[in-house]
Amino acid sequence: MTAPMPISLRVNGERVDAHVLPRLNLADFLREHLHLTGTHVGCEHGVCGACTVRVNDEIVRACLMLAVQTDGASVQTIEGLSDSGEVADLQAAFRDRNALQCGYCTPGMLMAAQDLLKQQPEPDRDQIREHLSGNYCRCTGYHAIVDAIESTARSRRERK
Amino acid sequence: MTGRPTDREPLSVLDRPNSYIGKTVPRPNLDRLMQGRGLYVSDMELPRMAHVVFLRSPHAHARITAIEVGAARSLPGVIAVVTGKELAAVMTPWVGVLSHLKGLKSAPQSAIALDRVCWQGEAVAAVVATSRAAAEDAAEHVLVEYQELDAVTDMCTALDPQTPVIHPSLGDNLAFERNHDAGAVDQAFADSDEVVEATFVFGRHTGVTLEPRAVLADWNAAEARLTIYQGTQAPHMVQNIAALHLGLQEQQVRVVCKDVGGSFGIKVHIYADEMATYALSKMLRRPIKFVADRIESFNTDIHARDHRCAGKIGVKRDGTITAFEIDDLTGIGPYSMYPRTSAIEANQVVNLIGGPYATKNYRARARVVFQNKNVMCQYRAVGHPIACSVTEGLVDLAAMRLGIDPVEIRRRNLIADDAYPCASPSGLRFEKLSHHASLDKLLDMMDYEGLRAEQAELRKRKIHRGIGIASFIEVTNPSAAFYGVGGARISSQDGVAVRLDAQGSVICQTSITEQGQGSESLTAQIVGSVLGVSMDRVRVILGDTDNTPYGGGTWASRGAGIGGEAALQATKVLRKNILDVAAAILQSTPAELDIVNNSVVNADDGMPRIELRELARIVYFRPDTLPPGIQPELMATRHFVPREYPFAFTNGVQASWLEVDTETGFVKLLRHWVVEDCGTIINPQLVDEQIRGGVVQGLGAALFEKCIYDERGQLTNANMADYLVPMSGEMPDIDVGHVVSPAAEGELGAKGAGEAGTAGAAAAVTNAVNDALRPFGTIVTEIPLTPQVILTALGRI
Amino acid sequence: MKASAFAYARATSIGNALELLAAHGDKAKLLSGGQSLMPAMNLRLISPELIVDISGIGELRGIVRRGEVLSIGALTRHVDLLKSPEIAAHWPLLTKAVAHVAHPAIRNRGTIGGSLAHADPASELPACMLALEATIIVRGQTGERRVRAKDFFRGIYETALSADELLVAVELPVARANAAHFFHEFARRHGDYAITGLAAQANVKDGVFTDLRTAFFAVGDRPVLSDAVNKLVNADVTSALMAAASAALDQELDPHDDQQASSSMRRHLARLLLTRCVSTLLGRPDLDTRAA
Repeated sequence: MTAPMPISLRVNGERVDAHVLPRLNLADFLREHLHLTGTHVGCEHGVCGACTVRVNDEIVRACLMLAVQTDGASVQTIEGLSDSGEVADLQAAFRDRNALQCGYCTPGMLMAAQDLLKQQPEPDRDQIREHLSGNYCRCTGYHAIVDAIESTARSRRERK
Repeated sequence: MTGRPTDREPLSVLDRPNSYIGKTVPRPNLDRLMQGRGLYVSDMELPRMAHVVFLRSPHAHARITAIEVGAARSLPGVIAVVTGKELAAVMTPWVGVLSHLKGLKSAPQSAIALDRVCWQGEAVAAVVATSRAAAEDAAEHVLVEYQELDAVTDMCTALDPQTPVIHPSLGDNLAFERNHDAGAVDQAFADSDEVVEATFVFGRHTGVTLEPRAVLADWNAAEARLTIYQGTQAPHMVQNIAALHLGLQEQQVRVVCKDVGGSFGIKVHIYADEMATYALSKMLRRPIKFVADRIESFNTDIHARDHRCAGKIGVKRDGTITAFEIDDLTGIGPYSMYPRTSAIEANQVVNLIGGPYATKNYRARARVVFQNKNVMCQYRAVGHPIACSVTEGLVDLAAMRLGIDPVEIRRRNLIADDAYPCASPSGLRFEKLSHHASLDKLLDMMDYEGLRAEQAELRKRKIHRGIGIASFIEVTNPSAAFYGVGGARISSQDGVAVRLDAQGSVICQTSITEQGQGSESLTAQIVGSVLGVSMDRVRVILGDTDNTPYGGGTWASRGAGIGGEAALQATKVLRKNILDVAAAILQSTPAELDIVNNSVVNADDGMPRIELRELARIVYFRPDTLPPGIQPELMATRHFVPREYPFAFTNGVQASWLEVDTETGFVKLLRHWVVEDCGTIINPQLVDEQIRGGVVQGLGAALFEKCIYDERGQLTNANMADYLVPMSGEMPDIDVGHVVSPAAEGELGAKGAGEAGTAGAAAAVTNAVNDALRPFGTIVTEIPLTPQVILTALGRI
Repeated sequence: MKASAFAYARATSIGNALELLAAHGDKAKLLSGGQSLMPAMNLRLISPELIVDISGIGELRGIVRRGEVLSIGALTRHVDLLKSPEIAAHWPLLTKAVAHVAHPAIRNRGTIGGSLAHADPASELPACMLALEATIIVRGQTGERRVRAKDFFRGIYETALSADELLVAVELPVARANAAHFFHEFARRHGDYAITGLAAQANVKDGVFTDLRTAFFAVGDRPVLSDAVNKLVNADVTSALMAAASAALDQELDPHDDQQASSSMRRHLARLLLTRCVSTLLGRPDLDTRAA
């Protein structure tokens, strides 16, 4: 076994200092050390998207990063995006359209959806489907999720 | 209590003011899921909790000749390394048979293998440590010696004399056989103008719930009580079985279901590794958590739908179907799953073939054989996709042979909408279905004629699009006929308890469970509507055997029809009890009062008389102010079980519109339609979303999903890069419409809808692909329809 | 699955990274984007004793045009390639190809250096390097080597890199006049590894190829830069010539069988890609087999 290493980072705006084993991945660090369990683990090989978080403002798969790699970084999880209100309209649209059933893929979906809308404010349905193509959902069949993102994009444009 | 729509009182419970029934309202309590603040088993932590990792057999069939655990036991963080023999002292084995499936046989299965492993992935030892990572490290140091045995991996030869018998005590590898012969099949074929045959092959697949199976078992030795946190669909069943095999009383076991990350039937079964986890907690006297990783999920979650079905259909020149015949073979695992058995899927196939059609002549043979592969059992729409693909595939082939349009042949043969009640050739009793009305609606929704014209136009430009139609029936609201009659302690009834709290809100406890389909919402909608309270005043408690009535849970599309009916009946009683007290307080009579919008009001002019909040205050804190003799009862419990019909059948029809690139074999799904008749709809959006989700699982089966075993019984694609699940980029938009034929039993009239989408989607796609390829004379009756399969069928490679 | 235990070191410079590699040999693995390394470690397919994180080495970053050459640092992420206006203007083949690499979250971490060093035969970037006549810059403790792309990819996960060397950059020559490109891959789902793919860079003048470099991927143990297509250069491309080139391509390829496709299906798709490529680049719909 190797010794834990010190890391210092910001998580959802809060400073975090920790000692972690090198092999600890970011998803497990968030879930088990910080008890931010909104980031979910679905495959641990980077395919399902359930663990999507933001590191330095860009979405990444938390299962494919080591916690030690986040030293000095800014990490945002679904809890942070929720509390800041950044995705409140997306969440409202998801609720109204029932774009979630079991909710397990939802944090990752919201992360990916917000990532899309930040880069492309007027996505068509194909573009929405493509940006989400790395996020697995077994419950909804995706149609409702696409609807919710489309309507959020529309209402954001209207609010401008 | 039964009542047809015409027999109901003028204002039935479904027509109440401000009723939520039939309304799309958002599900309550979604915020926590959207904020990442749900509570899934993998999120849970308890003091002194340890983690278990199972060392699993790399061989499909082998004798265990030695297990060395010394080195593993001494590694840091390791609490215990437990073998099958040690665990057997705490937990008894089980056999997955039901007495009503005549002849079904299976061998005893232990939580951890004793001296023989029978599938690649079966657990041979448990390593318990302070973290999953430490347990995995230690598992690498457990030394197991195996003597490999011949593996049975081909269902087609499983019954051949030269194939080894997996369980010699059973005599052969035949788990179950069912034969059915109705009408005069041979005569019917002899009288037919055309007889068409085809063999339909279905890829074995699995559920791939995004949250893997996870269990947290907590044996409190001081209380002699086991609490199991598990995302099971049937908590009372788990309670019963855990108690039975651990030598406990049921009341010593509590099963709690919090948020569940998808189930679809995967989490309704009893798994050896989960049972082992319960036993380990008792053995080690501390909480033990098991979370399957994705590789384990692929190797050990139940698989489904591994069938080869030879089918035959006879038709007259005028399109009348004369007979159906099938010979179905399915290869399960080495054990029939417990307690629901691995024969149910094949049994369903026999039950459902030809279901939508008027044909009376039907013969079937279904055989279920053991193999050294992962166990197989009920997964969403159990048997329906097979039966629908075979039936609808044969009907399309017959239409092709006769030169009749596929819609036309269905019009000539679907059971007439006014022919009910009637029975199918397999003995199923239909109360009221709507095949024709549904088909008409579908054709209108999709603009069938328009699509045919478009298809013809594009064919001239060598663009090959196809339309596929699939009619189906679906089993919902099952009575004890499914499991109870066979001796399984699986409840087919459910119960709901409702009470008014001290502030006039309603607390509702229900025995159905929630995995995201909206059980909580449908319950709140019914309670709110029947009682006359707003939904935000209704709190629903589910998934806790200590705190809900005894019931079956949510599976086989029974939540709305059975749990919903119980909620309705219980709330009617509560309403009556409230009005009795209100009448006493207001010096009126219950008939002159009603409850609307959280207040007791005059029934005639709606004028509010007393708020529920105030009535509750009086009942709970100031009963001294009530008239003498009154004992208010602001709580009511009712259970419901279907008695008249063993199942409430629903019907539907689906259509797929797709394009086949005949140069590459790739299929592009352009659009999909479903018309579903599931009786009274409580929340249209939730029903439609269940259908959409179900359709996409069927589309996955049609094009992508297959568990690929090699001849040695190794699952070779046990990860998410190689086992292909449907992702957003390849799925179409799905239009859903409804026809409504309410269930006759009960007042709610709701039937199930959770599995309808999956029942018919693959059939529609396969029919559409064959329709697209008609100019080439190519017929494919195998799924998944991969580019390799299509190019091979076209003779391109 | 949880990765087995390892030590972790953040390399402070290229020299430091090379020292660590020399000291630990094949017990050490380099970590850049981690999008291929981490899954392998999580699945315990590999269990290195030391992970050398090179993501902090500034020298390895940057997309810089130097005269007739574009230099791309090894740590350049896929998303950086995708968003680079320089690359979009002069090497649009690369822009198009990178859009097919996995998904946005993966592209935010994965690097060109990692992708090329990993050398998955089904990946897009190695084939692009062949088509674009890239030079791969490699450094070891004894100094720097320049390896032509066509000499770099040796087999499945096998390159010209030795265990104690670091891929530091790739250099792409500026495209000549009349440049054109074609990229297509067949994949079951968006972002999946290709079943068969083609990255092609050409020069076309007056409907004639003056140069054509077709790099096929997912067709065997490494990307294949086809010689057969030379038949089509400085030639009048008739259907017959197309068929001859296609047949010659078939001879060059030795595709594998796997769960997604058989060898013969890959051959079929490769020939199809060639036809579509030529038809598109020359503006010759008559050559496309889909034509009515």
